[in-house]
Amino acid sequence: MSTKDDELLKELALEEYKYGFTTDIEMDIAPKGLSEDTVRLISAKKNEPEWLLEWRLKALRHFQQMQMPTWQNFEHPDVDFQDISYYAAPKTKPKLDSMDEVDPELLSTFAKLGIPLDEQKILAGVVAVDAVFDSVSVKTTFREKLKEQGVIFCSFGEAVQEHPELVKQYLGSVVPQTDNIYAALNSAVFSDGSFVYIPKGVRCPMELSTYFRINAENTGQFERTLIIADEEAYVSYLEGCTAPMRDENQLHAAVVELIALKDAEIKYSTVQNWYPGDKDGKGGIYNFVTKRGMCKGDNSKISWTQVETGSAITWKYPGVILKGDHSVGEFYSVALTRNKQLADTGTKMIHLGKNTRSKIVSKGISAGLSHNSYRGLVKIGPGAENSRNFTQCDSLLIGDRCGAHTFPYIESRNKTAKLEHEATTSKIGEDQLFYLTQRGIDPEKAVGLIVNGYAKEVLNQLPMEFAVEAQKLLAISLEGSVG
Amino acid sequence: MLSIRNLHASVEAKQILKGLDLEVKAGEVHAIMGPNGSGKSTLGNVLAGREAYEVTAGEVLLDGKDLLELSPEDRAREGVFLAFQYPVEIPGVSNINFLKTALNEVRAYKGLPPLEAKEFLNKVKERQKLVEFDAKLANRSLNEGFSGGEKKRNEIFQLAMLEPKLAILDETDSGLDIDALRIVARGVNQLRSKDNAFIVITHYQRLLDYIVPDFVHVLYNGRIVRSGTKELALELEEKGYDWIKETVDAEGAV
Ligand SMILES: Nc1ncnc2c1ncn2[C@@H]1O[C@H](COP(=O)(O)OP(=O)(O)O)[C@@H](O)[C@H]1O
Ligand SMILES: [Mg+2]
Repeated sequence: MSTKDDELLKELALEEYKYGFTTDIEMDIAPKGLSEDTVRLISAKKNEPEWLLEWRLKALRHFQQMQMPTWQNFEHPDVDFQDISYYAAPKTKPKLDSMDEVDPELLSTFAKLGIPLDEQKILAGVVAVDAVFDSVSVKTTFREKLKEQGVIFCSFGEAVQEHPELVKQYLGSVVPQTDNIYAALNSAVFSDGSFVYIPKGVRCPMELSTYFRINAENTGQFERTLIIADEEAYVSYLEGCTAPMRDENQLHAAVVELIALKDAEIKYSTVQNWYPGDKDGKGGIYNFVTKRGMCKGDNSKISWTQVETGSAITWKYPGVILKGDHSVGEFYSVALTRNKQLADTGTKMIHLGKNTRSKIVSKGISAGLSHNSYRGLVKIGPGAENSRNFTQCDSLLIGDRCGAHTFPYIESRNKTAKLEHEATTSKIGEDQLFYLTQRGIDPEKAVGLIVNGYAKEVLNQLPMEFAVEAQKLLAISLEGSVG
Repeated sequence: MLSIRNLHASVEAKQILKGLDLEVKAGEVHAIMGPNGSGKSTLGNVLAGREAYEVTAGEVLLDGKDLLELSPEDRAREGVFLAFQYPVEIPGVSNINFLKTALNEVRAYKGLPPLEAKEFLNKVKERQKLVEFDAKLANRSLNEGFSGGEKKRNEIFQLAMLEPKLAILDETDSGLDIDALRIVARGVNQLRSKDNAFIVITHYQRLLDYIVPDFVHVLYNGRIVRSGTKELALELEEKGYDWIKETVDAEGAV
């Protein structure tokens, strides 16, 4: 590739983060450090029942005995768990009945993020939003309308108070406390998050959406999301995330559990744009989350779609346990890394039931000095007669100083299973760029077009409004001044 | 319109164009013929501003403006269009979306607002008909999985949409069967006007039966060694390039 294109591609890799403002709000922040007292404090602040406190304390004991994993394709950063505050909440009590009671600073933060908290603007009633600001859920819109259909969409904290039986039944049923060290940590100190229950036979009438924002300094965000689709229910859920620019790394260790009962379907989409750190790799979010769904009933379906552009380090493997016969798991992912970002992401498809099917489409995009790894496990249990997996795993390189890696693992214990794997690696070619610029298209836009074309199969899975947003995000993430 | 004087250009330190002169006026069609490797595609790439091609001497003016100063996208916006000898595939990028982006960028450069969706679609429909381009292809990903001939026809469709001042067709005829060739030629003829000009690069006299040129030039060893009218193409067809090579090499020896 010629020098000018090289330079262009280099610059494209350096575009600044647009969501890096902080919000000046009086915060109630727990002192740094992690101990039984911290856990008791969080539980007390949230006025939790005794069983939940016990559950948290048990998780803490697991956490204290677990070791940091060593298998990942990057050097694990030193995280000082005693140097983090595990609870931060806006001082104004955020459980509100109308928008008027929300702190105007907070509203303006959400406005800057483009989050439609203003109810009239919420896409004419097609999206309901729950916004999580640091540790607490600020506002859940459209609750009344959803209630008419029996849909519960509220903050996790409220669910604990109002629907303890559901929480107790499903919490930790898909991601056990001992799953990994960050899941254990989350189970001990999780602050808030979203809760969804769709009753039997109900198609949720609108997209449900949560926006997460880390604002306070030196705090971690440990939200917990639990979504249950009862028999024959359907829900499409979207989460978006941003954080201010800070020189220190911030830890985000969420747990998301999805449960689909017989004939139910859950679509879970993520547009992740946590602060990635500056061009030298200073600051940024460590995004270490555990997301898993359980196709518990026959003919159920869970699909994950993720567009990952942020975070200094992303480390996540949204997976599906295909327990019900004829159940379907899908994973569609675009992960874009630039500068010194690291992403190690993929999925786990665990086939247990008969005739289960899974599909994995992973599109990595690496620019700058970043490293982007796909890591996927397809596991076929002995009882998973006639299961199928199709995996397609593509990498796109921008420039020649970045890396793309794939680590597909297969464990099959049933001979009737059929597994297909396809992988490609390509570079944005000088010839493609020249073709587009020769037609009058600006080089940056040209890169945006090529990248969006490459990611199209995944973007097509997103609900329409968010597909547009994700396309812009991908283009913006690669934007830079052209010399 | 286009004025090329003493153009020297090299690729990877190898001198390819060695003093090329060419004047093209508005309303004219110039054919450029010549043996393989003589520098025809290089000329197209140099005019379009491809990075790997370094101009070492000479000048190129488009309506008095120094073309060599401009970036590839600005040259395109000024009205230079290159129909590629080998159009690339760009997976996932819809042909239509690409054209809309290109058209609106060119319009923005000229200070025009973007075309309304309806106007744009009308134009697509009308131009598709003009160059007999399959609507199904227009809606597919850009050149992805197109046959060689379909790619070439897509170049002409883009040409019809963008309406450049100066179009350079680089062996658009190669890989086309006779029917496709006729269709492409008919499209080009309909697009010809007193305000635009075409440089048609070809190996074969065949295309020139359909797109009748005002001038024919023979490019050999980086220079235009013969210029004439369409009879020159016939003579070339009859006597072959060896005739040119021999006479030119003999002249050089003198
Ligand atoms: N990108 C390139 N890199 C290296 N050599 C090239 C490149 N483009 C053209 N050339 C060389 O320049 C000469 C002229 O090529 P070209 O302009 O393609 O000829 P034509 O189109 O007349 O067949 C050939 O020797 C060819 O190998
Ligand atoms: Mg050629």
